[in-house]
Amino acid sequence: MKGRDSISEGGLSELRREFRGERGDLIPVLQRVQEIQGYLRPEAIRIVSRWLKISENEIFGVATFYAQFRFHPPGLHHLRVCLGTACHVRGGEQILLTAQQRLGVDTGETTPDGKYDLDRVACLGCCALAPVVAFDQKVHSQMSVLKIQRILDEHKSA
Amino acid sequence: MNTRALDERRQKAASKWDELQNNRVPLIYIGAASCGLAAGAAEVQEVVENYLKKNGIEGRIIQVGCIGPCYLEPLMDVQMPGKPRISYSNVRPSDVPLIMESFFEKNEVAESRLAGHFGDAEFDGVPRFFDMPMLKPQVRIVLRNCGIIDPDDLDHCLARDGYLGLEKCLSMSWTEVLEIIKRSGLRGRGGAGFPTWKKWLTCRETPSDQRYLICNADEGDPGAFMNRSLIEGDPHAVLEGMLIAAYTIGASQGYIYIRAEYPLAIKRLKKAIVQMRGVGLLGQDILGSEFSFDIRIKEGAGAFVCGEETALIASIEGKRGMPRTRPPFPAVSGLHGKPTIINNVETLGTLPHILRNGAEWYAGSGTETSKGTKTFSLVGKVRRTGLIEVPLGMTLREVVFDIGGGTLKPFKAVQTGGPSGGCLSEEFLDTPIDYEHLAEAGSIMGSGGLIVVDSDTCIVDTAKYFLGFTQKESCGKCVPCRVGTRHMVKLLEKICDGRGELADLEKLEKLGRTIKNGSLCGLGATAPNPALTSLKYFRSEFISHIKDKRCPAIVCKSLVNYRVVAGKCTGCQRCVSVCPTGAITGPRSEPHNLDRSKCIKCRSCYEICRFDAIAGDAIIIES
Ligand SMILES: Cc1cc2nc3c(=O)[nH]c(=O)nc-3n(C[C@H](O)[C@H](O)[C@H](O)COP(=O)(O)O)c2cc1C
Ligand code: FES
Repeated sequence: MKGRDSISEGGLSELRREFRGERGDLIPVLQRVQEIQGYLRPEAIRIVSRWLKISENEIFGVATFYAQFRFHPPGLHHLRVCLGTACHVRGGEQILLTAQQRLGVDTGETTPDGKYDLDRVACLGCCALAPVVAFDQKVHSQMSVLKIQRILDEHKSA
Repeated sequence: MNTRALDERRQKAASKWDELQNNRVPLIYIGAASCGLAAGAAEVQEVVENYLKKNGIEGRIIQVGCIGPCYLEPLMDVQMPGKPRISYSNVRPSDVPLIMESFFEKNEVAESRLAGHFGDAEFDGVPRFFDMPMLKPQVRIVLRNCGIIDPDDLDHCLARDGYLGLEKCLSMSWTEVLEIIKRSGLRGRGGAGFPTWKKWLTCRETPSDQRYLICNADEGDPGAFMNRSLIEGDPHAVLEGMLIAAYTIGASQGYIYIRAEYPLAIKRLKKAIVQMRGVGLLGQDILGSEFSFDIRIKEGAGAFVCGEETALIASIEGKRGMPRTRPPFPAVSGLHGKPTIINNVETLGTLPHILRNGAEWYAGSGTETSKGTKTFSLVGKVRRTGLIEVPLGMTLREVVFDIGGGTLKPFKAVQTGGPSGGCLSEEFLDTPIDYEHLAEAGSIMGSGGLIVVDSDTCIVDTAKYFLGFTQKESCGKCVPCRVGTRHMVKLLEKICDGRGELADLEKLEKLGRTIKNGSLCGLGATAPNPALTSLKYFRSEFISHIKDKRCPAIVCKSLVNYRVVAGKCTGCQRCVSVCPTGAITGPRSEPHNLDRSKCIKCRSCYEICRFDAIAGDAIIIES
């Protein structure tokens, strides 16, 4: 049964080296798990629970509190539309609406082919160049409904 | 490393900095903060690199932080040997060759996209960068290094007097340092404006074997980015501030709680912390003193309420970010039950300057009760958007009109304090920006978000937006906030949809008061502010929605319609091609038809009609 209750099971052994395994490490550990695996799988939660000696229920309670954590596999590409105040007053809502139409999904959903995720975000810190979207790691500024259409269409056909 | 060794390093850094100022090879500066990158700085840099390589030019590219006028991004500066640094704005990759050719082939100052030079003296008829209307009225204390130095180079920071404040601090007793901060009049920049020294004293006087210092870099106010810019542009200023604060309160462990949406700021901090360790600015016996301190970074996980200090502490402890009742205040019992000081990024970033230049110098700016300067993110419908720093007491009018250049459409309001603040109308433009005056007007200073809106912005929609935000972010622990904000959102939605009644306005006010008085933490206690101030100062706009079923700003979707103006439509079919629902139809060269039952009001047709200007404004939105 070697490794049964160890974090090495889920390909998460490197976490052992990064963290001391204290209670306060819970959120950073979950963040790293999500970074490695893309989302929080039930198995991963079980592993973290045994390692940090925190019940699975409690971990779910903590994880669901924070908007960052996902419990479903993410799409291949991630579009986040900013709806912070600056983006809102400069038409962020319409950008989101256009993205929904173009991708055929609602906010928080993944396209059926698993290629695109659509999310809203509270602020990306580029408010002076609103409205803003982040497509994967790249932030695009001064968006318009036409620009977002172009970005998505170009990406789809690439 | 002790103080002497650091001073030696500083001397070397100073000559390195001097060499940079009196450069022998051409220098190209790229504004590469998040805002610059979002505007396309990386693409600009690539073209510069290629140009230098192709032409065999020995030049250096230096990435700097944000210098403030984000609306001019991407910014690129060229400094030829023996010449001042000259800045170019809104540089597109396609502009780069022309600018380069001018300098390198014609030996002339390029004229297109010229913004200004950084020298002190007159230069070749080029205006000074800092004489621009947006920059001239500003006083840059906290931001003095932002956009000037390479934030990843510790030597740049040392050459510009970095960690001198700390050295001074270590040569004094904690009571002496506290006295200086007290005399400087510094108040917390995170929102509440509590005198920094008072909080510190409480913490220091609480007996304990361990005290903590937390830097609050959660910057949850959507629309505010001052803290991000400061960290990205001058991370060591904040870190030096942490050392000064920790020394004074007697903390040996520090945390930086920073939102995950700021990856570049996190990267800069991590790098800076490694540099500090390398020269003995962190760890045991800092600079040979008896003071030991270390810093850990904790990334936020996306919850606005975690900017509140007790929720933030819960989050660092690995729990749900729920606030708790105070007292006890964290200064007495905070992280792991130990005395803890939580300070905002800007509060900490100000400390080195106060230590270095003295309390009186700092108190020389500002008003009687609000000393010093404050950074603001000036955004929204204002012409010149960006990050600014002004002495407290400057009026809203000076900030919005002199610095921001006013609005494109007629000015309507300015929101200070984000979702906890208020929406102030034109009659408040002469209000001095300080803690007391803004509170008197029904708003708050907040952390520094200034959102300007014009006649194209609907006040009811904005109030609905803010309440929607706080309602979503309410942690749910106390009833007034959890349930009350939901009711307020429902009422505001009703009004925006044209189903409102006049009685709803009183209901909103009553609910607002109840939530303010009954909520557990600052989130609930301030959540109704945007709606209450809007109701007070813009009541007629609410009434238009209710009585006339009209949205005067033509924003609220249920109350607006899109229409093709037959006499103006040339039938160019551009709108047909962008309409996502096929609501617009019609053969080429004939006025098009818009089927309202299919129209989702996404604005695509309206934008393309303006954009191409063939038909011009053949599509209008009306209410
Ligand atoms: C809901 C809520 C959110 C807050 N968000 C922040 C924030 O993002 N950054 C911050 O510095 N302070 C925030 N504060 C204020 C902090 O609780 C605290 O007063 C501040 O960090 C103290 O630092 P200072 O004394 O240096 O201002 C928030 C308060 C509340 C009630
Ligand atoms: S409000 Fe959208 S980036 Fe800040």
